[in-house]
Amino acid sequence: MSQDTLFDKVWDLHKVANLPGGSDQIFIGLHLIHEVTSPQAFGALKDKNLKVKFPQRTVATVDHIVPTDNQSRPFKDNLAEQMINTLEKNCIEHKIKFFNIGSGNQGIVHVVAPELGLTQPGMTIACGDSHTSTHGAFGSIAFGIGTSQVRDVLASQTIAMNKLKVRQIWCENKLSTGIYAKDLVLHIINQLGVKAGVGFAYEFAGPAISELSMEERMTICNMSIEGGARCGYINPDEKTFSYIKDKLFSPKNENWENAVKWWKSLVSTDNCIYDDVFKLDASKVEPTITWGITPGQSIGINQKIPSLNEMHPNDQFIAGEAYEYMGFKPGQSIKNTPIDVCFIGSCTNGRISDLRVAARVLEHNKVAKNIKAFVVPGSEKVAKEAKEEGLDKIFIKAGFQWREPGCSMCLAMNSDKLIGNQVSASSSNRNFKGRQGSPNGRTLLMSPAMVAAASITGKVSDVRDFINK
Amino acid sequence: MSVKFKPPIGKFSQINGKCISLVGDDIDTDRIIPARFLKCIDFDSLGESVFDDDRKTLKGNHPFDLETNKGSSILIVNSNFGCGSSREHAPQALMRWGIKAIIGESFADIFYSNCIAIGIPCFTLPKESIKKIQKYLNIKNLFLEIDLFESTAKAEEFKFDLEIKETSKKMFLSGEWDATLKLLENKALIENKLNDLPYIKFNNN
Ligand code: SF4
Repeated sequence: MSQDTLFDKVWDLHKVANLPGGSDQIFIGLHLIHEVTSPQAFGALKDKNLKVKFPQRTVATVDHIVPTDNQSRPFKDNLAEQMINTLEKNCIEHKIKFFNIGSGNQGIVHVVAPELGLTQPGMTIACGDSHTSTHGAFGSIAFGIGTSQVRDVLASQTIAMNKLKVRQIWCENKLSTGIYAKDLVLHIINQLGVKAGVGFAYEFAGPAISELSMEERMTICNMSIEGGARCGYINPDEKTFSYIKDKLFSPKNENWENAVKWWKSLVSTDNCIYDDVFKLDASKVEPTITWGITPGQSIGINQKIPSLNEMHPNDQFIAGEAYEYMGFKPGQSIKNTPIDVCFIGSCTNGRISDLRVAARVLEHNKVAKNIKAFVVPGSEKVAKEAKEEGLDKIFIKAGFQWREPGCSMCLAMNSDKLIGNQVSASSSNRNFKGRQGSPNGRTLLMSPAMVAAASITGKVSDVRDFINK
Repeated sequence: MSVKFKPPIGKFSQINGKCISLVGDDIDTDRIIPARFLKCIDFDSLGESVFDDDRKTLKGNHPFDLETNKGSSILIVNSNFGCGSSREHAPQALMRWGIKAIIGESFADIFYSNCIAIGIPCFTLPKESIKKIQKYLNIKNLFLEIDLFESTAKAEEFKFDLEIKETSKKMFLSGEWDATLKLLENKALIENKLNDLPYIKFNNN
């Protein structure tokens, strides 16, 4: 049983009661909602004749279904219009703060909350979305919940949950040039496997993690769920505090000092106890790309797609399925795999630093013929900042389409979809069968810089060949 | 498929039904219910869309399309079932298709808690036992009687000791899986908690 880790401290602080069944009743400090997983929860409240208990502790935005080309209302897609409409009505009825399109603060929920300063160390954060783990980058305990639990949070600001175990993932040394947080987290998931995190919170630590910017840390924690961990976090430090300072909802004046003092007290103590520790050498990580249908099926750019006999027996069944679905053969190189679509965006890699890195690769280059390439900023704020820096022009000049903020082709609930068995180079987080909108579409996950490199050559390429030039 | 849908209510300790097997590890919630079906404001019509892409790909040969599996209510799966997205639409779609309980090697965390929250008990069995059941199901139908209290699944030919988290088991036996009202019983404690949390104070700008 873990002891004195940040997770333990935050969990204990938020525990309201032991429930008779044996689970804990946990208070949720910040509840984020969006249009896809909340309507049924509000419906259930109505059925049970209940009210939202603390409306000021819930914040809403709209992201999954929004079109990223023409956002004028009503949306062309009736169902999408109905969903945003339902969210608007629910927020008005229950007096919930809603950052709608055009507010300047709309965007993917996991991009928006940190940039508004809503996400802070020591909070419990829940959202009807598995990538809520993103917010753990700030030293909060943040996890995805289903719609019934969204209902519970709305009604009681609490949920019933069993305490997780804690695994520390210690990343020694530093990432090399041209290697990014995305490569590191894909590598971690590959090493531990996609189920290793079940029942665990992941604490990411070590020199390679301290070195990362807040946005890179968000990329790491974002993908904890792809390793099976419902929640991932990083102990807060000076970088964390300076990111939060002066944001719209950050503590101000004398409250700021108190906040920082408290945040510092939450850090896992030197002699804390973990349920497990896993160590890896970050300097060994290569640009990493997925070749299969789970985020754990990845290799370095210069590696070959593994054959069954190189794998643990437990991984062979899904590998067989992956070869067939992806059309890859064991022993084949991933490098030079032809690409059809390039997508830069999502809550994993749709932030300003991601766009900057990709733009740097694209500057003075052109997207290869017959490649559809588009960039979807993670939020209105990201889009604004990018425009101020002229990044949009670099993308457009290179041949990318510049879109409006949303989830877009990360899960293809709008009209951005793969067609047939197209191959996408994607900065998002899931390469599941059918994830990007076509039942036989194929997704290769990689860093935004690697997506940019692939867009130029039309093939999976090593971004280091572009940045070292 | 045209089973009239009745959501479970209150406490229960017994689930009897025909088994349906779905072979494969890491079957994610995008496969269980593809994202295009999430464009809805209720869960009512999800049952028929469960595994839509996989079923279309297999052109009638998917377990959820086979005549022999009609009316099944106990789903047998392998490891890390339900990984990926938190969409409750996934267990809701399974439930509306007719699934009342799931037995597998292992489950993803959020999927598991979604199942508990909507009244679908998920049990685990070792890989070998699952294989044994799946092999048997290739040849014949299997009806299981699941006793939650005893944590057993019985058929004429088999008896398995099922594993289920003690907390989940208690929730079904007591009816507390439908948690909202139980949580609200601690109203005073919740309000105290709100007043105690340091960040509530210093975010009062
Ligand atoms: S960007 Fe993708 S993963 Fe992130 S919240 Fe949107 S759909 Fe989910």
